[in-house]
Amino acid sequence: MTQDTQLRSWEVFTQTRSGANYIHAGSVHASDRNMALQNARDTYTRRGEGTSIWVVPTDAITASDPNEKEMFFDPANDKIYRLPTFYTMPEGAKAI
Amino acid sequence: MTTTDIHTELLKNFEEKIERGDAIEPKDRMPDAYRKHLIRQISQHAHSEVIGMQPEGNWITRAPTLRARQILLAKIQDEGGHGLYLYSAAETLGISRAEMIEQLHSGKAKYSNIFNYPALTWADIGAIGWLVDGAAIVNQVSLQRTSYGPYSRAMVRICKEESFHQRQGYEIMAKMMKGTKEQQEMAQDAMNRWWWPSLMMFGPHDSESPHSGDAFRWKIKRASNDELRAKFIDKTVQQAEVIGLTIPDNELKWNEERGHYDHGPINWTEFYEVIGGNGPCNLQRMNHHKRVHDEGKWVLEAAEAWTKKREQKLFDLN
Repeated sequence: MTQDTQLRSWEVFTQTRSGANYIHAGSVHASDRNMALQNARDTYTRRGEGTSIWVVPTDAITASDPNEKEMFFDPANDKIYRLPTFYTMPEGAKAI
Repeated sequence: MTTTDIHTELLKNFEEKIERGDAIEPKDRMPDAYRKHLIRQISQHAHSEVIGMQPEGNWITRAPTLRARQILLAKIQDEGGHGLYLYSAAETLGISRAEMIEQLHSGKAKYSNIFNYPALTWADIGAIGWLVDGAAIVNQVSLQRTSYGPYSRAMVRICKEESFHQRQGYEIMAKMMKGTKEQQEMAQDAMNRWWWPSLMMFGPHDSESPHSGDAFRWKIKRASNDELRAKFIDKTVQQAEVIGLTIPDNELKWNEERGHYDHGPINWTEFYEVIGGNGPCNLQRMNHHKRVHDEGKWVLEAAEAWTKKREQKLFDLN
């Protein structure tokens, strides 16, 4: 990829209501974090879809490789005793 | 395994994934042709949103009321936003923003043909919102199910915002059709000029469409040009009737058997002429974009200088 001349790239995460997860919305370009916040507001929340925004420099994000998801996540698969359905409850027991 | 075996294996995995209906994400392995097709399509889509701001921008200062002006301004700001969502999605495929703009300026990347037509009267703003955005919505709704995750998510976001665009356009047309005879004629004139180019927005007939084979197998495209065009015509005809506008096509007729309207022949010579650069506004649109891009360079420089200065200040304080 050629060097971009359009300022640094930032990933944008928005929270739709207080207490909710921050969800990835897309990215913006900006020279610093304050401008990134303002650009993110103008770009991703024109209809007030949010109570709060995170901006994170794109190159600061480390992601696991989806091609190696087996190696990454499989160890959880044979531990079904983590799921409540693993256990047989005595007949007649309620609300457990 | 030989290299060819590995390639066959990778392609098989990829196509099985698509077949299952899984989304493809930026870091997934994907065939070069898939990546290329997406970069071409998404960047063209982004450029269209941005270039599309020009014909409408021309009317911000001329809007008939303050209400109309505010609405138009908000709509055009949305279009700019849509361009940014799409550039951001394309960047996940490994092309830079600067590269995309360069390709637009060199003519390597295209934008929607429709924006090479001028917006001559206020009724054109109505026609653009109602017909051009209406046609775009039909296409974009189907692209919400495209296989590339970031593109699909951008489409969902865009579709949510588009229906306001179409409604504000239709409202303008409806208002003018309730107005004076001159206003009605102005609305009909806009309809006459924008109808056929709107149909062309869906691209060549399926029998002539050069890019569709892989695009369908890889679920980049989810409906054919002709299917989408039919969907648009079917819903627009009734909307035109309601407000008393005539569709400028003598051959337009409901076909009971197909369950769609039949329409007269589209002027593909005009379509290819305009794509080839000979539309009424091609040169104007591109020159304007280049000029604003160049004249706006100082904004980037100022932002960088400001950031550097602040970093220096923080450094000095420490």
